[in-house]
Amino acid sequence: MTDHLITLAHGAGGKLSAELMKNVIGPAFSNPLLDELHDGAKLQASGRLAFTTDSYVVRPLFFAGGNIGKLAVCGTVNDLAMTGAVPRYLSCGLILEEGFPIDDLKRIVSTMHDMAAEAGIQIVTGDTKVVERGKADGIFINTAGVGELIDGVDISPKNVRPGMKVLLSGYLGDHAAAILAGRHGLELPPDITTDCAPLAGLTQAVLQAAPHTAVLRDPTRGGVAAVLNEIAQASGVGILIDEDAVPVRDAVRGVCDILGFDPLYLANEGKCIAFVPEEETDAALAAMKSDPHGRDAVILGETTDKAPGQVGLRTTIGGIRIVDMPVGNLVPRIC
Amino acid sequence: MTAAEARAHASAADGKLTRKEEREAAQALVAEIQRLAAEIGRPLRYMEVCGTHTVSIFRAGIRQLLPENVALVSGPGCPVCVTADDYMDKAIAYAHRDDVILATFGDMLKVPGSQSSLAEAKAEGADIRIVYSPLDTLAIARENPEKKVIFLAVGFETTAPTAAALVLAAEQAGLQNVYLLSAQKLVPPALRALLTDPEVRVDGFLLPGHVSVVTGLDVFQFVADEFHTPGVVTGFTPVAILRSLVRLLQQTEKGEARIENEYESVVQAAGSPAARRTMAEVYETVDAPWRGIGVIPQSGLHMKEAHVAHDIERLLPMDVPVGDNHPGCRCGEVLRGIVTPRECPLFGKACIPTHAIGPCMVSVEGVCAAWYKYGQGRFEFGK
Amino acid sequence: MCLAVPAKILSIQDALAKVELSGVTKDVSLMLLPEAKIGDYVLVHAGFAMQIVDEKEAEETYALLDEMNGAPRTVEALS
Repeated sequence: MTDHLITLAHGAGGKLSAELMKNVIGPAFSNPLLDELHDGAKLQASGRLAFTTDSYVVRPLFFAGGNIGKLAVCGTVNDLAMTGAVPRYLSCGLILEEGFPIDDLKRIVSTMHDMAAEAGIQIVTGDTKVVERGKADGIFINTAGVGELIDGVDISPKNVRPGMKVLLSGYLGDHAAAILAGRHGLELPPDITTDCAPLAGLTQAVLQAAPHTAVLRDPTRGGVAAVLNEIAQASGVGILIDEDAVPVRDAVRGVCDILGFDPLYLANEGKCIAFVPEEETDAALAAMKSDPHGRDAVILGETTDKAPGQVGLRTTIGGIRIVDMPVGNLVPRIC
Repeated sequence: MTAAEARAHASAADGKLTRKEEREAAQALVAEIQRLAAEIGRPLRYMEVCGTHTVSIFRAGIRQLLPENVALVSGPGCPVCVTADDYMDKAIAYAHRDDVILATFGDMLKVPGSQSSLAEAKAEGADIRIVYSPLDTLAIARENPEKKVIFLAVGFETTAPTAAALVLAAEQAGLQNVYLLSAQKLVPPALRALLTDPEVRVDGFLLPGHVSVVTGLDVFQFVADEFHTPGVVTGFTPVAILRSLVRLLQQTEKGEARIENEYESVVQAAGSPAARRTMAEVYETVDAPWRGIGVIPQSGLHMKEAHVAHDIERLLPMDVPVGDNHPGCRCGEVLRGIVTPRECPLFGKACIPTHAIGPCMVSVEGVCAAWYKYGQGRFEFGK
Repeated sequence: MCLAVPAKILSIQDALAKVELSGVTKDVSLMLLPEAKIGDYVLVHAGFAMQIVDEKEAEETYALLDEMNGAPRTVEALS
């Protein structure tokens, strides 16, 4: 019966560890570099590299449209993509809680395989540890990624100038709504699922269409508000966005109305913000819209030399308010 | 569009304005506010009493659209802000007990007491659950029969019936381990206190829409009758707030003072008798201290003797020292609309949301927090 | 502390109503509004239905705009 559940022995480096690799993880991730089962992967690369890492903890582990494995691949792929790199190689560190169902693990690594295939990245090295029951929340995943930077592309907030346009690749808050709804007793319509997706194709299309793109960012934790504030502060320009341009699905707005959230602060896992020069705006927007993950792209706003370091929102009725940096976790409020 | 056409349109569009209609309506309303304000000439001060209005006004950027001589001042409508200093300290002290689970609205989590906050207490191991509804407390109590489950009952007439309903539901379900730590307050006595304060000067009130859902209109009649001050019950969309401002200016221009209901789609003149019955079943009114204002007669709600078994303060008194207000903090005057946050020497410097000194900065709907968050006093985008 | 939203009652079981707002559904208590019926729009606050409402911001707004343009006050007539 224990062959249905993860035990401490699965992480002890002996027979059960080998079986887990052979029967569950290896088949899902299989590629020539991984299959050597060496202590590390020997990689081929040329030119400048981008390197990033992220750890993934989420509850629930399975949610509408995805699971923690999807986040773990897409999140790191997207971090590479936002630096202006083509993602190439990924590592996968698993921390499993004793008693975790092996079938759940199979579903998670299978999703990781599918996402890696879609993103054109190989999972070339990994590690698995098991901790005692109660010392983890089912499964934690760390991934690190290596990508090759595209020649001639220079992504940095320092390149943001007044007069640039701010593009957003689609609807905000789908991921946060998919995660939060269940926690607070809300049921979503079936079309609201996580937006989690690998964006390397989209970013490459944008960079090809708009080679002077100053910054690409994915508005994950803290949402668009956090990303725009970080860029405003790092670049010393002001950013003014248009409330009427902020794309939010009706049901996500419903979740926000009920729980007292602002869509600008909701996490996304498959969206990209791009700062592009005015003259390359049309090309960049068209490139976004031509990608399956950017069909609903919009021009969100623009940069200005007024209000350096600040983010403002032009409201529907014509006022302007500051969009502040988020503070702490989102909790439902009744104020 | 005529009203009849609007009705046809509205039924097609679920009664809501499209964004374009919203913008055009706002422009027309702002123009009318400008016309009336110019005609009246003198400086005008209208007070929004409700903290949710304060937040709506800032989120929509309404203040910048108003003419120079029309000021919106915020009143004491943030329950956390007017709750006496020791309430959060008591909540934190209860939360630290091994036999207690604290249930609270998310709003309260980061509100600092004199030493720490519930968020910090949670990090230190206290069992604190965020609930969306007071009734969520019942399930927690059912699953943890060995624990005392305390709900932080804070708020005005909108929220008080929901906490009272929790007590009645717990009694019905035979759950003896459900308790309230109550600091519920009433709005009309606070308005009376403001109107009798010689330092406070307002030309009219945007009356709290969702409080009025429960209370109805009669409780505000004294504002017009005794103090010759207009009041308009107001909804929460930007256009609803602008509409009410037009109504207030119309009254001011004619020298009238009436209580109007500009939120008829939601507020009935008689309020909600069922909600008031529920409140009256559980609570009785008592004199209560308001931070920055002092004790206001019959402005607080205290649990009746019949329900004393669910009053944690009477079952398990918790003495915490009452701290001194920070020197220099002008929250007391801010809460009465006498000064703006910018006139406080601490605002935006020593006192910011992540390091709040005064009560008006601690809650998201606190006047200072709204000013800070939405950029008043550090605003350079222009009009 | 007065955030509240209108939502439509889809079904009722005992004193619990399933309400819907923009496709999102949630259970709310009818303890404070026992007279509510299926199909009613209700104002929801902190998990309770507080009042039966009539979503008509457009009507109310156009009534005031008409009045500003010289028409007699018509809000009452519309309700």
